[in-house]
Amino acid sequence: MLIIGEKLSIIAKRVREAMMKKDKGPIQEIATRQWKEGSGVIDANIGPAEDGGEELMQWMVTTIQEVVPLPICLDTTNGKAIEAGLKVHNNQWGKPMINSTSNDPERFPILELGAKYNCDVIGLTVGKGGLPADAEERAAIAAEIMGRAMEYGLPLENLYLDPLVLQIATTQDQARHVIEAVKLFQHINEPPMKTIVGLSNISNGCPKALRPILNKHMFVLLQEAGLTAAIADAKEMAEVEEERGLILDVMAGKEIEDKQKMAEIRKTLDVIMGKTLYAHSYLEM
Amino acid sequence: MAFTAPKETYSGKVYSVTIGSGDREVTFGGENVLPFHAFEGTAPNRPVIAIEIQDVPPTDWADTVKKPYEAVSGDPVTWAKYCQDELKAKAIALRLVGTHPDRENRSPEDAVKTVKDVLAAVQVPLIILGSNHAEKDASILVAVAEAAKDKNCIIGKAQEANYKTIAAAAMANNHKIVAMSELDINLSKQLNILISQMGFDKEKIITDPMCSALGYGIEYTYSVMERIRLAALTQNDITMQQPLLGDVGMYAWKVKEANAPEADLPHWGATEERGIAWEAETAAALLISGAGLLIMRHPKAIQTIEKLIDELV
Repeated sequence: MLIIGEKLSIIAKRVREAMMKKDKGPIQEIATRQWKEGSGVIDANIGPAEDGGEELMQWMVTTIQEVVPLPICLDTTNGKAIEAGLKVHNNQWGKPMINSTSNDPERFPILELGAKYNCDVIGLTVGKGGLPADAEERAAIAAEIMGRAMEYGLPLENLYLDPLVLQIATTQDQARHVIEAVKLFQHINEPPMKTIVGLSNISNGCPKALRPILNKHMFVLLQEAGLTAAIADAKEMAEVEEERGLILDVMAGKEIEDKQKMAEIRKTLDVIMGKTLYAHSYLEM
Repeated sequence: MAFTAPKETYSGKVYSVTIGSGDREVTFGGENVLPFHAFEGTAPNRPVIAIEIQDVPPTDWADTVKKPYEAVSGDPVTWAKYCQDELKAKAIALRLVGTHPDRENRSPEDAVKTVKDVLAAVQVPLIILGSNHAEKDASILVAVAEAAKDKNCIIGKAQEANYKTIAAAAMANNHKIVAMSELDINLSKQLNILISQMGFDKEKIITDPMCSALGYGIEYTYSVMERIRLAALTQNDITMQQPLLGDVGMYAWKVKEANAPEADLPHWGATEERGIAWEAETAAALLISGAGLLIMRHPKAIQTIEKLIDELV
């Protein structure tokens, strides 16, 4: 599984301040840490970046690649900033990735960039309308994005389909639809389409202590569904390695020695699969 | 071949809640089926309608609903007796709206006196509601819960911001409570968990997922209630098996459609009839989505809903 380290995001206060001051220190420190933790790509989320986006993205790409021998996932809605970033990207460390296109015509030029610079492109399976209701709707949108990619000359092996993970605290049902969509996406094409998720959104809005628990369980379920890549907290994902065996045992109906852990796994799986209703204190019930 | 209606069986059951005492006590909830699906299981109690009164004259009520109480609403005791004796109310909901800081800002002592006087005058169960000011309600409801000790009332509404104080007071004085969250099923469940974690009996909670009037978001209330009932029955979720409250009157009579004079909007029809219909329609929707307890205002709307219940049970 390819992990795209999620921590260099404008949403984080420390990162935002470093971006504004063009202070390389925190950016390089966080990038290096994510690399050591096992990230294969570093996400650089500069937000909409309407003013100065081109310069900012170039600064991010070079700042990160100065210290980390990894490709960058260029994450912004500003197409010009993406192209500027691609121009300075050091492809010696791997193919850059673009986050993201979708089925919204405004996002189609991204596919053109992906083809021109030989990038991987994330295709978010949403259209111009509302959010997709279930896995089938996501698959239908995915098929349209694939058609559009071919039209713009982007090879399908460069396209990562993203079913859009939503918050379990507010749209619980969507968690299982997302897992189902990851399975479905692989059936749309031969060889199977690559899939990706922005994992941590599952626990957005949940109490801090719950977040890694939900993230890790969702990750294992998606991994079992055949997920190719995740934009995630690399440290948490490294920790999953220790817990995957236990989670899989509980999923298979086996008893595990640590009863408390077993209850935690059971309850979390039930919440993600929609068998019990989510509440912030679900583990305490 | 004869048609056999398909039947669902459910793993969960709604808690039954009894309020009041003696031969005037009432019980609602207790069903192990979706609303009015008695043919699939048991629904031992019919939904209860409590008639709403206030601690202060209803100056802010719509004229249509002020009118039937004109002669009695100047005094909560007279008003309560009228509801019990003339309108045959099975329960009365006393809203202490006059305690709101932006209204008469009545004190806990004032509220206690009103509650004691009303309790002394009527035998039907009493639901005692604050003014929906989280901070003020905490002090008001603690005082009135004590004043009504052992009368087996419903005290409310406990919300995220004040549930600890209100639940503790209800627990100490043997009352039920209304737990209200704002149109979010997950937060509704969370509040029930938090209140239970204080040691409050989960079977003494009435869940208010927040009402909304027809035309003003009722589909949200409907959907949250429906999903709460499904979680209770199909997932056997013990934190969602509380009876549901529809606080109908307050929301239905606030909207333009229930009030606008016929003179201004002749194509909308008679004001009085329209207002009554608006309250009744709002109540009917919530009844169908799972409410076991309704708080209503207009006698004619109440009659209509009682008749609807007669026909559905």
